[in-house]
Amino acid sequence: MEFLSNLVNGISLGSVYAVIALGYTMVYGIARMLNFAHGDIIMVGGYICFIVMTSLGLPSIVGILAAVVVCTILGITIERVAYKPLRSAPSLAVLITAIGVSYLLQNLALLIWGSDPKSFTSVVSMEPLRLFDGSLVITGETIVTIVVSAIIMAALTLFVNRTKVGHAMLAVSEDKGAAQLMGINVNATISLTFAIGSALAAVAGVLLCSAQPSLLPTTGAMPGIKAFVAAVFGGIGSIPGAMIGGVLLGIIEILSKYYISSQISDAIVFAVLIVVLLVRPAGILGKQIREKV
Amino acid sequence: MNLKNISRTTRQNLVTYAIVIVAFAVIQVMSAAGMLSNSLTGQLIPICSYIIMAVSLNLTVGVLGELSLGHAGFMSVGAFSSAFFSVAVGDALPTWLTMILALLIGTAVAGVFGILIGIPVLRLQGDYLAIVTLAFGEIIKNLLNAFYIGIDGSGLHISMKDANALNMDESGRVIIKGAQGITGVNRMSTFTIGFVLVLITLVIVLNLIHSRTGRAIMSIRDNRIAAESVGINVTKYKMIAFTISAALAGMAGALYAHSLATVVAKKFDYNTSILILVFVVVGGMGNIRGSVIAAAILTVLPELLRSFSDYRMLVYAIVLILMMLFKQSPQIRSFCASVWERLRFGRLQAFFDRKKAQNTKKGA
Repeated sequence: MEFLSNLVNGISLGSVYAVIALGYTMVYGIARMLNFAHGDIIMVGGYICFIVMTSLGLPSIVGILAAVVVCTILGITIERVAYKPLRSAPSLAVLITAIGVSYLLQNLALLIWGSDPKSFTSVVSMEPLRLFDGSLVITGETIVTIVVSAIIMAALTLFVNRTKVGHAMLAVSEDKGAAQLMGINVNATISLTFAIGSALAAVAGVLLCSAQPSLLPTTGAMPGIKAFVAAVFGGIGSIPGAMIGGVLLGIIEILSKYYISSQISDAIVFAVLIVVLLVRPAGILGKQIREKV
Repeated sequence: MNLKNISRTTRQNLVTYAIVIVAFAVIQVMSAAGMLSNSLTGQLIPICSYIIMAVSLNLTVGVLGELSLGHAGFMSVGAFSSAFFSVAVGDALPTWLTMILALLIGTAVAGVFGILIGIPVLRLQGDYLAIVTLAFGEIIKNLLNAFYIGIDGSGLHISMKDANALNMDESGRVIIKGAQGITGVNRMSTFTIGFVLVLITLVIVLNLIHSRTGRAIMSIRDNRIAAESVGINVTKYKMIAFTISAALAGMAGALYAHSLATVVAKKFDYNTSILILVFVVVGGMGNIRGSVIAAAILTVLPELLRSFSDYRMLVYAIVLILMMLFKQSPQIRSFCASVWERLRFGRLQAFFDRKKAQNTKKGA
């Protein structure tokens, strides 16, 4: 029973990672850059939702919508201001810029909202589910997280594979130059990718803060990095890969926290990354790309 | 000595050494005259260790061209191993010998970690390498936070649970106490030791850069495939740069640890790695003298501008972004170049006009 409840918690955490990893993987697939600020957009989403719900006293659905809108705008703005001018720059420069943006968001949040943790009110008002005569308790947050993540993943898969805009995204990630020649607006497509990724990050932020109700300017950093690990695990650039990687990573984290040691569970998660990169650098579902000389 | 016979790089290096030596002398005089505030005096050793950190990170980022986000991890390894040694030894050896040995141990252990981590990490490139070094930094921090190491008559006892699980006899002492770190470190570091270490670091790094090895490392940065095709062993030279960088960071950690009474793993986290990266970027990637100056100024400035300290990291973040945009963006660069060209051209024009006027005067 213990194992089962840990497994469910792991899947729940893992589906949040998966939603975050989707943003990473889409941006990486299209812009070929590691968006370090992605994790901090999660944090911004959490804070916006907190303000709308707690300070303004509006219903949770308004909070979630506000978080999604603000994060989408933020994502597009960051792309326009910081990343777009560097599209042809070496990856080291883009990476350092992304770290700068991440740091900027964290420190702005620190100045605006202070360093004391805010206690986030859960957006879920569902009764916990009791199975097997109460020996397995699944909280409402867990259920909602898993369901919402599953819906997001399904919708995103349909969007990318079935719509014209989705095909444009696939084309840009395959070959920017050729896509442009086929009449695809590459800049708009990249902006759209950032918008979708940031909106997903906002949802992930609300889900994450509902499950772990303490909000800090650094809340997003760790989940962001772990979601990147998940994206690499599943194969960066691949949408189903991000989902599988996220869920697996969540399960690994919760199980190692429970059965090995809570202090070194992060170390184990990162060790997974290193092992994956050594054994199969392309990840579970990634394509092995040969380097052209 | 005839200065003209010395090559340009040597002259440049001598200027760097001279800056450091003069700065040291000035600070010594000021401190003897009582012109330094207490808080500034307390910053002297951290400045030295940050300079060493920045110079060593510059070796990885600027010279090798790979981004390392776990540099503080090596500092942490050096700090813990050296502090462990000096606390374990206690008063058994004379202070100066303990300090030298502690520094050597910190350097060596961090160097070994550099090799161990470098083997898997350096097979990767770019973004992957950056994220894996970040992962290693976090792993080191996590493990050090969970470690308990004690020493007694029968040797070392290691546990990852708590101090009681060490099972030591009565003479046993717990040295590394998990998240509490190492307490009771003898504060042996002095500004002079820091200064000497900075000089040693500079000698090592500058000589490395201008050697055959250094040129091989830079060729990997500029074009890995071309370097490989002219027979440069990419992995070997990457390893050399990475290991030296790690070992120097360990030395900085050992210096830093012995300026504190308590060493905790929390001090060497991701934020420290980023801070060092800011020093390197602001000083100029690949520019060693820049790293020295940036590390010194950016450590002292917040101390001088207390009211500004809340905004310090915010400003650093903005500086990081702007530096990259101005250096790398083609549009912004061409705009700056045109402005600069106009300014310079204007100035040159004025210069030539003046010259012409003088010549005509002479002719007449």
